[in-house]
Amino acid sequence: MSMHKNLDKHTPNREVDEFSGIDTTGHEWDGIKELNNPLPRWWLWTFYACIAFAAVYSVFYPAWPIGSAATPGLLGYSSRAELAATIDAVQISNQSMLSTIADAPITDIIADPELARFAMAAGASAFKVNCIQCHGTGASGGPGYPNLNDDSWIWGGTIDDIYTTISHGVRSPTDPDTRINTMPSFGADELLDKDSIDTVARYVASLSGLEGGINSPEGAVIFADNCAVCHGENAKGVAELGGPDLTDAIWLYQRSLESIQAQLQKPRHGMMPSWSEKLNDVTVKELAVYVHALGGGQ
Amino acid sequence: MTTSDDSPLGTLDQHDVEAVNSAKLRQPLYAARRKIFPKRAEGAFRRFKWLAMAVTLTIYYVTPWLRWDRGIYAPDQAVLLDLANRRFYFFFIEIWPQEFYYVASLLVMAGVGLFLITSTVGRAWCGYACPQTVWVDLFLVVECAIEGDRNARIKLDAAPWEPTKLVKRVSKHALWLLIGVATGGAWIFYFADAPTLLNDAIHFQAPMVAYITVAVLTATTYTFGGLMREQVCTYMCPWPRIQAAMLDEHSLTVTYNDWRGEPRGRHSKKAIIAGVPQGDCVDCNACVAVCPMGIDIREGQQLECITCALCIDACNNVMDKLGRERGLISYATLADYNANMNLAVTEGHIDPIRVRDAATGGFVSKVRHTNWRSILRPRTAIYFVVWASIGLAMLTALSLRAPIGINVLHDRNPVFVLLSDGSIQNGYDVKIINMTTQPQDMVFSIAGLPGATLTTPGATNNPTTQLQLIVEPDLVLPLRVYVRAPAIERDGQVNFTMTVANADGSDSVSAQVRFETPQD
Repeated sequence: MSMHKNLDKHTPNREVDEFSGIDTTGHEWDGIKELNNPLPRWWLWTFYACIAFAAVYSVFYPAWPIGSAATPGLLGYSSRAELAATIDAVQISNQSMLSTIADAPITDIIADPELARFAMAAGASAFKVNCIQCHGTGASGGPGYPNLNDDSWIWGGTIDDIYTTISHGVRSPTDPDTRINTMPSFGADELLDKDSIDTVARYVASLSGLEGGINSPEGAVIFADNCAVCHGENAKGVAELGGPDLTDAIWLYQRSLESIQAQLQKPRHGMMPSWSEKLNDVTVKELAVYVHALGGGQ
Repeated sequence: MTTSDDSPLGTLDQHDVEAVNSAKLRQPLYAARRKIFPKRAEGAFRRFKWLAMAVTLTIYYVTPWLRWDRGIYAPDQAVLLDLANRRFYFFFIEIWPQEFYYVASLLVMAGVGLFLITSTVGRAWCGYACPQTVWVDLFLVVECAIEGDRNARIKLDAAPWEPTKLVKRVSKHALWLLIGVATGGAWIFYFADAPTLLNDAIHFQAPMVAYITVAVLTATTYTFGGLMREQVCTYMCPWPRIQAAMLDEHSLTVTYNDWRGEPRGRHSKKAIIAGVPQGDCVDCNACVAVCPMGIDIREGQQLECITCALCIDACNNVMDKLGRERGLISYATLADYNANMNLAVTEGHIDPIRVRDAATGGFVSKVRHTNWRSILRPRTAIYFVVWASIGLAMLTALSLRAPIGINVLHDRNPVFVLLSDGSIQNGYDVKIINMTTQPQDMVFSIAGLPGATLTTPGATNNPTTQLQLIVEPDLVLPLRVYVRAPAIERDGQVNFTMTVANADGSDSVSAQVRFETPQD
């Protein structure tokens, strides 16, 4: 592209492209010079229109920062207020469903497919906020925190049992109606000697076929004398007392002889808050419906 | 033929017109648009364009009002894009969102169809069927009716703003806006029940989005069809660039036949006496005057040309008046054009006598005339076969598809659950699809997993291997199921099938499903 210096006095550096007769910008890269073509008019007018729009917008909507706040705008719009209004609208539209759930016995809720579906959806969301910290996002728990997907329930797996457990918690220090029991500290408090603990631990392990289990008559006797009150004569658990089933495949801490021995020596006890103190009854009901439907509800 | 003082063309006007993209007018890159006042053409292609306009506009305006009985559970509108319920109805076809590949196939067909049409007859889409072309044509009808044809419009444009001009201009723009409203108005009927929406719309009870759509389409129709016109094709549309790349030397396209037209001239007595060769083109500029793009086809193939063929009509009329063969401007292939040019050119100049038979005055037999056979060649045949195959494949798939469906999603967390008796439970979200317009009794069952049973939430005490279901018409039934199977040695996971079938056994679909177990 051939160029020649323009001799115009006012713009001494102006350079005009001979071929097109258009000014260059004066920028040069390896001999390639850029023509100073005007912006397309449609583009320019769109640009002006955007500026005009921005000016009008900043008058009507929150725009200019003033310290930590901003001009409120003539329309007084706020996205937070819009969100609040949207939430209110949802609450109002859900009102009839929520009041039905509040009034209905929980067994009626799971019997009504529409109510159950609503409660399950709400329960799933409440679970994500309140329960996953201990029970996990998939409700599958962990050592010391029960898996809620299975069919083994320490305090009972009917909808009413689950509702009561969530309402009042387990060993909640603040709720007089809380579920509570205590496994004696057979080893640490010297209620049983070392040999007896080993014998009964091996007996219990044998009930579910664990490695190291020995189904001895001595063990059965120790179990009948010390354990059967809470865990049942057949060791199948007593839900009313929160005594876990010792014959099944599911163990709260660990599925091993060592874990049984440790629990006999100096037992650990879990704690679950009393959710009726924190959540309203409707939410507790929704949580119960959700947990009951996880796959193990009775 | 009457003869005047100087020329045998006395009755033939020469139009005072210059092509907008003429080299003589070479103008800065972003200069203001040069106004075009296309003259109304008359002839076969104009009639074809009227027909194309009538057909396309009729399809556009009438389609949403066609009814199609689908029973009481589905809408009775023949063509309906039900966005709220995510359904697309097209006569006997109903498409669900997960079947979007049918729409993708339609787009592929449209693409291949474009290859086919363009390689065969050039930019026929641009010239006859493109909405921009059709609506510009429609707007020009209004303009001609109110302001008159080309010369009257030029005069009016130059005239000072007096009441008659004001009345004409206001009524023209008002009619254009009305067409815009009708265009946008028809569009919304594709997305809702047309009679209901019309009733709502005129009582100001339609959804705001309907009014906004009408307003936006009114604005775009008015701007593109009335104000911007040929600029949309020249500057905004990518198709001229793409379509030009699809042409080859055997594609039919609107061509000025230099080999018989040049050297152009007014056939003046002086020139004839001087022995200057005279081509058929009398330089009357009729082809430029009728061009809606404002170009001169005699400059050859150009990006701006939409091949509407109105210049062919204009030129044929002139040739008729002159008593010469039609087709000075014609649909021709580049191959034929080149052959004829080779015949006509001597010493670097076109000598029109070389294509004429001295005795009869007609064309010599060596002159190649493009005929319909040029459309039959391997390239077009392959395009057609591809295009038709996709269409047939789609029709076959549509007619063979099961009206029911099943989708299964395995739980991710937890992947499996150990139960108290040592058996393993897996949870699944199942979706059972009833695409028919009737409620369906269905049976859901599992097979292929020894000893497995099936439960649903809250009913875990009743294990079974199949469930009876009623699925509402045109809906998806979400189903939550748990499958439990005894603990036996498995290598992490096994596959089994979930099947859903009509109670009468007429249709049955299955899904292969994983059953996850603990790995040692």
